[in-house]
Amino acid sequence: MDYNWNWGVLFTDPYLDWLVMGVQWTFAVALTAWVLALIVGILVGVGRTLPSRPIAFICTAYVELFRNVPLLVQMFLWYFVMPELVPDDMGRWIKRDMPNPEYVTAVIALGLYTASRVAEQVRAGISAVGQGLTNASYANGFSVAQTYRYILLPISFRLIVPPMTSEFLTIFKNSSLALTIGLLELTAQSQQIAEYTFNGFEAYTAATVIYVCIALLATIIMQVAERYTRIPGYMGSR
Amino acid sequence: MIEIENLSKWYGDFQVLTDCSTKVAKGEVVVVCGPSGSGKSTLIKCVNGLEPAQKGSILVDGTEVTARGADLTKLRARIGMVFQHFELYPHMTVRENLCLAQQKVLDRSRDEAVAKAETLLNRVGLTQHIDKHPGALSGGQQQRVAISRALAMDPIAMLFDEPTSALDPEMINEVLDVMVELASDGMTMMVVTHEMGFARKVADRVVFMDAGAIVEDRPTEQFFSAPESDRAKDFLSKILNH
Ligand SMILES: Nc1ncnc2c1ncn2[C@@H]1O[C@H](COP(=O)(O)OP(=O)(O)O)[C@@H](O)[C@H]1O
Ligand SMILES: [Mg+2]
Repeated sequence: MDYNWNWGVLFTDPYLDWLVMGVQWTFAVALTAWVLALIVGILVGVGRTLPSRPIAFICTAYVELFRNVPLLVQMFLWYFVMPELVPDDMGRWIKRDMPNPEYVTAVIALGLYTASRVAEQVRAGISAVGQGLTNASYANGFSVAQTYRYILLPISFRLIVPPMTSEFLTIFKNSSLALTIGLLELTAQSQQIAEYTFNGFEAYTAATVIYVCIALLATIIMQVAERYTRIPGYMGSR
Repeated sequence: MIEIENLSKWYGDFQVLTDCSTKVAKGEVVVVCGPSGSGKSTLIKCVNGLEPAQKGSILVDGTEVTARGADLTKLRARIGMVFQHFELYPHMTVRENLCLAQQKVLDRSRDEAVAKAETLLNRVGLTQHIDKHPGALSGGQQQRVAISRALAMDPIAMLFDEPTSALDPEMINEVLDVMVELASDGMTMMVVTHEMGFARKVADRVVFMDAGAIVEDRPTEQFFSAPESDRAKDFLSKILNH
């Protein structure tokens, strides 16, 4: 096998710029989608635990739907099918005039998919707090909203920091699927560098190293968060 | 103060409560006892609407608890409740455990709430633990905090569900002492407990439950000296002989 090793290629013009741009898009997609996933996920997760049957049903349906359809399929559905289903004017606007369509679509697809996973964690966290404490809160005079605001959410959020760390890492990895709808994020840029330079090994190694660094950074941040929010003497279950 | 009338409750097909009727007058202490699974917890949770009942009525200080659209939040703010497993808010200090509902439910000022918390903790001898989290306290201390948390709301009545059953034996008395003091201050109390010494000392009446029904409801002395039903006799002989 004769392969021309050339690590230097990664630092030459324009390939270094491509990598940097790829990292920027990866961060942009992952972080925006994460915010969307947190907002929707918390609402849906809380909704599943509410006494109201219709709300709990809708939220359960959401989770089952978004969690069980493969993310890649969802990406394609949002990108290719959704514009055809909405009213004509809107569809035309999405296809022609919407800025950064690949980015917006990737954020929506990844965000709503991850929301279903976040919702499961939130629901599990709330049920781990337990009926006893919930009853104590109501008995203390708190309304349903206050019970969630002051008791259930603060405790369950602390309980779910570890599984949420892994969801946060997953959203970075899953953001690479955005390349299938044409977003030039990290993986796509590496692929492009590989095609232009024939130094595929170096290009994909660079991507791998960058993903690992992101994962390490995220893990460290979440560990600090966990230490900071830990409840003295509380295990979360009795 | 608390009037329970012909209360029945089902979990699905399973009837937990059958036609329960009893009363707790203002300033009265009523002890509820009976074998495990007889429905004591369920009955006491119906009193402040933590559990809905399907038949009968509960009147608490004039409010019909079982009515549709009853303002349960408002009612619960005026009834203290103490649980077997304390159920303190684990993520807050003792001070916040006592202040939160005062501020958010009763709209008291921070200073007022803290002053109240300090007075109550002083009464149960826990002033030096005010900045700790519940997890750092012993069971007996946690239960005294839980009682203080309920008292901070200036309740018109207190409900206790086996407040000493989860405690190590050496800690039972420190909690019972607080309850005895509360009773002698004239607090209206409904207490599920197996502490017959406590019942003898402070209870005005004893309610004995078995299989979801109230089998006996009599003045304390009569209950202990001459229980009517075989089931109560059996229960008493088991519980007093160990
Ligand atoms: N949420 C529930 N669903 C179904 N059955 C229950 C529930 N809670 C309690 N029970 C049943 O109701 C009966 C009475 O329970 P409980 O009131 O806790 O009894 P006690 O406090 O006297 O030990 C028990 O047989 C128990 O298994
Ligand atoms: Mg019980």
